[in-house]
Amino acid sequence: MRLTIEGARVIDPASQFDQITDLHIAAGHIVGIGEAPEGFSANQRIDARGLIASPGLVDLNVSLREPGRTRKGTIDSETRAAAAGGVTSLCSLPDTLPVLDTPAVAELILDRAEQAGQVRVFPFGALTRGLDGEHLSELVALRDVGCVAFTQGLASMKSNRILRRALEYAAGFDLPVVFMPQDPDIAEGGSAHEGATAARMGLVGIPETAETVALARDLLLVEQTGVQAHFSGLTSARAMDMLADAQARGLRVSADVAMYQLLLCDEDLEGFSSLLHVQPPLRSKQDRHALRQAVQSGVVQAIASHHQPHEQEAKRVPFAASAPGISSVEILLPLALTLVADGLLELPALLSRLTCGPAAALNLPAGSISLHGRADITLFDPVAASLIGHNWLSKGANCPFIGKGAPCKVTHTISNGKLVYQA
Amino acid sequence: MSTPSSHLQLNFQGQLRHFLTIEGLSRELLTELLDTADSFLEVGERAVKKVPLLRGKTVCNVFFENSTRTRTTFELAAKRLSADVLNLNIQTSSTSKGETLYDTLRNLEAMAADMFVVRHGDSGAAHFIAGHVCPDVAIINAGDGNHAHPTQAMLDMLTIRRHRGDFTKLSVAIVGDILHSRVARSNMQALQTLGCPDIRVIAPRTLLPAGIDQYGVRVFNDLRVGLRDVDVVIMLRLQKERMQSGLLPSEGEYYRLYGLTRETLALAKPDALVMHPGPINRGVEIESEVADGAQSVILNQVTYGIAVRMAVMSMAMTGQNAQRQHNQEILLAEQARKSGQETPACD
Repeated sequence: MRLTIEGARVIDPASQFDQITDLHIAAGHIVGIGEAPEGFSANQRIDARGLIASPGLVDLNVSLREPGRTRKGTIDSETRAAAAGGVTSLCSLPDTLPVLDTPAVAELILDRAEQAGQVRVFPFGALTRGLDGEHLSELVALRDVGCVAFTQGLASMKSNRILRRALEYAAGFDLPVVFMPQDPDIAEGGSAHEGATAARMGLVGIPETAETVALARDLLLVEQTGVQAHFSGLTSARAMDMLADAQARGLRVSADVAMYQLLLCDEDLEGFSSLLHVQPPLRSKQDRHALRQAVQSGVVQAIASHHQPHEQEAKRVPFAASAPGISSVEILLPLALTLVADGLLELPALLSRLTCGPAAALNLPAGSISLHGRADITLFDPVAASLIGHNWLSKGANCPFIGKGAPCKVTHTISNGKLVYQA
Repeated sequence: MSTPSSHLQLNFQGQLRHFLTIEGLSRELLTELLDTADSFLEVGERAVKKVPLLRGKTVCNVFFENSTRTRTTFELAAKRLSADVLNLNIQTSSTSKGETLYDTLRNLEAMAADMFVVRHGDSGAAHFIAGHVCPDVAIINAGDGNHAHPTQAMLDMLTIRRHRGDFTKLSVAIVGDILHSRVARSNMQALQTLGCPDIRVIAPRTLLPAGIDQYGVRVFNDLRVGLRDVDVVIMLRLQKERMQSGLLPSEGEYYRLYGLTRETLALAKPDALVMHPGPINRGVEIESEVADGAQSVILNQVTYGIAVRMAVMSMAMTGQNAQRQHNQEILLAEQARKSGQETPACD
């Protein structure tokens, strides 16, 4: 397909390009910026005057649920939802059934993603077999079939000794490791941030130290082993300080935060809506402020959706008994644009946190608009308000933002040169 | 202050339609509830202990957690209001066969029950039922997780009011496992709403919730300091599992530091009331002689509990009925408006 996008404001944070121009696409690649190449004739044109053309978003934390949990979501449904959110590349978590700890499971996921034909999937492999925290997965074999990083998610390691060995092994092959720090012993049984709100509501609290104790250990082991580390879904102000300090000391550490953590806080739990039950929990207003500041300063270079789709029954129970997570990939860009509306970030800076920032964190070949580069492009109208939930595509409707307004609207998503979403 | 809880609990006229938590309810409403309970105390002294306020209504006691005392007093309260009462033993019900709470409640709702008295191990369970499952059935929270036990709080308030009168001149101490106590939370809220100027919580730090200092209460780790000159002492039950989970070293040390004995009670005002929601652990949180002593009103609490539950049930049923009628009128008006629009105008 040969496609021309006419008259968009093209913003590429990676190259700091920001100009109203045309983009010409053929065979999955950008073949012209501005002038069309000689002999190019488009068979489809998009009138994009008034729209922004951004690199397709790169989302570092998505649960696709397939294989094994297809009541909650499938690769087809969730990659379609991602495309609707402006995402063209996503990293999938290994928390499938079976766990992604063998090349066969990775291949299955990649095959189904290709069949779905929506967006690019970069799977994370399980750091240990079955996420048991004890036996290392075949990390190199998993890398060879396409796993871009390795993680335990929120599952714990059997011991600090085994974690150290796993990091040493990964570092030996320069494999990035993704940490979601939470000390399970300190967090045990908790469902909300430990603070005044949880105390009043009688919810068992997860203290900030559940995150920071684990983060401190992880940072020390990262320093010792020299592994490339990415911290995903950090929630606390103290963690932001620790991260900034580690970066200042020259450690190879990057981080993302969940988009919803930048908008919500523990006070929103009043009323016990199970839609707001997430892990790690929504923290305090002060923590939220610190996360926003860290995103603004660049200490946190990526904003991810932390998309966790669930079937209705998983949330149709009292708060603590509900499955944690928000279905959010579909609204990543509309929610993120509220940060521009709030004056926290200029639009190019925000887009860098959603495109080249996350791509750089895990060395992914994505997140930029460049001549001869892959044509992954998101078009959005920055001033057209949209109603969240209209034409919802994710299989999980567990989203507290449904019914609310968003300050922008994704109009088109182009993945590998193909129009995969049009509003 | 308007809170999500008050939106859910009150009908369009501000009357109670569910009773889920004390939080968000006004002093006027709590006082009305206490006044109503006061008037019901006399029913228990009659030869025929019944009034017809809930005649023809069906009350379901749905207890997902074991409780003999609370369930019995709710049952007695409902029967004294002439309701038909159904006690559901959830241990042997469909939920143990895998049915969800949602489906269990929907089934009961379909049997045309008018009121559910619910006890559940999860904080917020009563809110979940009132908000998502059975909004048209009056829900009375008989204890949800660590969150709330509002009828217990109101019977404690009735006990205090009948023995001490005005809340605005009292010092009240709540002693023990505040962290895991729904009674403590509801009592703190009720005392605050009713104007009690000095609410003290006394516990080791491991049994205090984070952020308790933001609740308008004074926090003491030392029982002997905290009890000084208080008018009321509310003791809480201590569970042995607190020792096993590393919150306390031993029962013996707890009793030595936080047990209410004749010696420690002497630090309070000479006529201070001794209260306990029960069941009591003699020799763990309270000395036997104190539990049975002249200052103890523990058994009065049980008696007042029936009257308070009668008051809550009758008020919630009135509020729920009014809301239903209001909703019906709105629906009919809407239908009439629509049919009026659809009818072609006559020439």
